[in-house]
Amino acid sequence: MNNIFVDANRKQIAGRRRIDFTLRLLFLIATSIGVIALMALLIDIISDGISMLRPELFNNFPSRRASEAGMKSAIVGSLYMLLIMAPLSFLLGVGAAIYLEEYAKKNRITRMIQLNISTLAGVPSIVYGILGLTLFVRELHLGRSLLAGAFTMTLLVLPIIIVSAQEAIRAVPKSRRDASYALGATKWQTVSRSVLPSSISGILTGVILAMSRAIGETAPLVMIGALTFVAFLPTGPMDSFTVMPIQIYNWVSRPQASFQALAASGIIVLLVMLLLMNLSAILLRNKYNKHM
Amino acid sequence: MQTLTKNQTLIEINQLNLFYGAFHALKNVSLRIPEKAITAFIGPSGCGKSTLLRTLNRMNDMIPGTRIEGGIAISGTDIYSGDVDVETLRKKVGMVFQQPNPFPKSIYDNIAYGPRLHGIHDRKKLDEIVETSLRSAVLWEEVKDYLKRSAFSLSGGQQQRLCIARALAVNPDILLMDEATSALDPISTLKIEELAQELKDRYTIVMVTHNMHQAARVSNQTVFFLNGEVVEYDETEKLFSNPTDQRTEDYISGRFG
Amino acid sequence: MPNEALSTNSSKQLVDAAKRNHAFRNEKSHLMDKIMPVALFLCAALSIATTIGIVATLIGETYHFFEQVPFVDFITGTKWSPLIEPKSFGIWPLICGTLLITVIACLVAVPLGLASAIYLSEYAPKKVRNIVKPILEILAGVPTIVYGYFALSFITPMVRGIFADAGVFNALSAGIVVGIMIIPMVCSLSEDAMTAVPRSLRDGAYALGATRFEVALKIVVPAAFSGIVASAVLAFSRAIGETMIVTVAAGSTPKLTANPLESIQTMTAYIVQVSLGDTPHGSVEYGTIFAVGMTLFVITFLLNILAQYVARRFREEY
Repeated sequence: MNNIFVDANRKQIAGRRRIDFTLRLLFLIATSIGVIALMALLIDIISDGISMLRPELFNNFPSRRASEAGMKSAIVGSLYMLLIMAPLSFLLGVGAAIYLEEYAKKNRITRMIQLNISTLAGVPSIVYGILGLTLFVRELHLGRSLLAGAFTMTLLVLPIIIVSAQEAIRAVPKSRRDASYALGATKWQTVSRSVLPSSISGILTGVILAMSRAIGETAPLVMIGALTFVAFLPTGPMDSFTVMPIQIYNWVSRPQASFQALAASGIIVLLVMLLLMNLSAILLRNKYNKHM
Repeated sequence: MQTLTKNQTLIEINQLNLFYGAFHALKNVSLRIPEKAITAFIGPSGCGKSTLLRTLNRMNDMIPGTRIEGGIAISGTDIYSGDVDVETLRKKVGMVFQQPNPFPKSIYDNIAYGPRLHGIHDRKKLDEIVETSLRSAVLWEEVKDYLKRSAFSLSGGQQQRLCIARALAVNPDILLMDEATSALDPISTLKIEELAQELKDRYTIVMVTHNMHQAARVSNQTVFFLNGEVVEYDETEKLFSNPTDQRTEDYISGRFG
Repeated sequence: MPNEALSTNSSKQLVDAAKRNHAFRNEKSHLMDKIMPVALFLCAALSIATTIGIVATLIGETYHFFEQVPFVDFITGTKWSPLIEPKSFGIWPLICGTLLITVIACLVAVPLGLASAIYLSEYAPKKVRNIVKPILEILAGVPTIVYGYFALSFITPMVRGIFADAGVFNALSAGIVVGIMIIPMVCSLSEDAMTAVPRSLRDGAYALGATRFEVALKIVVPAAFSGIVASAVLAFSRAIGETMIVTVAAGSTPKLTANPLESIQTMTAYIVQVSLGDTPHGSVEYGTIFAVGMTLFVITFLLNILAQYVARRFREEY
């Protein structure tokens, strides 16, 4: 019997296999560069900042002397921001998502809103800062306050929350709505007692991820004038404030090595906070996947 | 082992076992498939017929967790031993799938894709290959004036014949057809069956079909599978008129499956 | 038509039944069903209001600015020094700095992101994918100020080690780090586009004896091309709008240069610089924020529209 493989161009195929092997290696290297960059970033920051990670960092206000400087006001400022921003952006974002998924008719206005939301998600954050500066700080006379900052950041994260909440709501099977309607529930009863409870963990996951994005944002708050040197804690929403990334930025922009180390230690605190938020989002997501 | 026809054996499957993870999908399969004839694999869904077909050009390799024991030799070469690489194997063992799957390219580029892969870039040579392949698949007359059009402009049946032409263009010896007509209307199905009849003089064809009547109409030999095992292998005429195994008889008389 | 008459009749009965039923409805839930649609619509409409707010803010102040500075000077001028006498307001040095950063960032992010996407969608075993994808997600979630620190404390010394004449602040370091930041975006959007390519197309090519690389390059990438292009356009837009990395690491000297080792200034970094100072509201200097912001907004807006158009217009029908 003739071997049918003899007439195949084995040499040409061997060459192509070599190319395939080489390229696979290149693609693998390219992929690992992202991973290596993350490792380098973490190692760089931890080795620079670990020495300044001490109680004063949490207990002290900023100071001209790096040895005495802390980020108490920035940590508290960030937490206050979260406190105002989280419920506000949750209500507005989930409201918009419910409207678009459950109430909106398929018409031009709905399509326009949807397109608008995805376009807003691509607007540079500093442009939101310009909006906040003009609208909240000046026109609405909120001044350079916690409230003006929280409003600005709410507008910034809304598109992210709306899109993820829409996905969570869309994942609720139609049968749950039907079951509710079949029991004589009205639209709002169906939405509030059937659809929302089924999608709440998915929605919350999206909200937490959006909050962790907001907690790390610097540019818009620089624009609306969050201060870089705050030696007091804000007592109300109309007080001026600072947040962690701005404090870090302030330290990064000083040339002295001691302040660079301080910046790195501030970054460690910020990253740990983000890590905790992301972990809770992952836990929620896993719970959510189990229930669906 | 019995030799069914005077044709020489081309594919020899020896004590083949295949596992998907813990699932034992093929159990001790041994078969000799003769050249230049049509061999049909029949059986209820999940019986392993498609799995066996896909081991012949090693398409199963891409499914993670697949493990193979035993051997398959094509014209004396063990295709799992490393004597032959998958690219060479697949060049000589063409395949047509259940759903027509033309590339999102022109009719011409669909046919020329394979030859280009294998190093043919000469325009004249490619033109020639495209024409002979389309003629072999009885599609040339229908598309010769539209070679630059997208392959998606063709009907389902035409697309499937295009896929056959695409497979023939790399000059294979064996053509695997994995339920190649199941997505087509009856007239297109008939055309593909006629085409298979014409091609069997030049190619060794192995087809999986869910349709017993098709196997009876088209094939020279038929293999009946059940639960990953070969129940019966015989001349098509004999298997359908006078099966030796009770299970075969139950299946072809429509009592299950 | 008797049939039609029957159905009208029965639907009438249904309506009557509904009306009767109405009377039994809980008053509170009835009220909620009137209020909520309006309230929820207002939430959704807030996004439109935001867009209008952004555009109105920018246009209003930009208009004032152009009452004081001729538009032609702004759009054709090659010198930007709005804070120091003699003042001049030519936007090109800022656009040049922004483009320099963006081009470097895309040279880093597009090849690496695309190669990672090809590796993850065509080569990687499931185990590797399950490790690499979360890492890339983390990379995407790192705040930009952290990247800024990384640029200054890690990449810049490296760059200066290789190129002796690189400044402490230079476009190259900032550009590389902006690139690293957007790798995950390019990768995940391209990978989405590639995984959307049906398996059957890949099988068709494999069955002809194609290698993995040939399937990726000649089947998957062309079929996913519009998604890949869209991801690159979005990456470009993200790089243009990136602020903190360039503010920290690229410097604050607006100039027309193509030399990546020099200190430059981007549009975003300029806006930050002015807002950190004590620029009085209403002055020309204050107006520059809005003129530059407007330019930034228009460019990124057009790029985002382009990306959406590309993704939709050239979507392959498989």
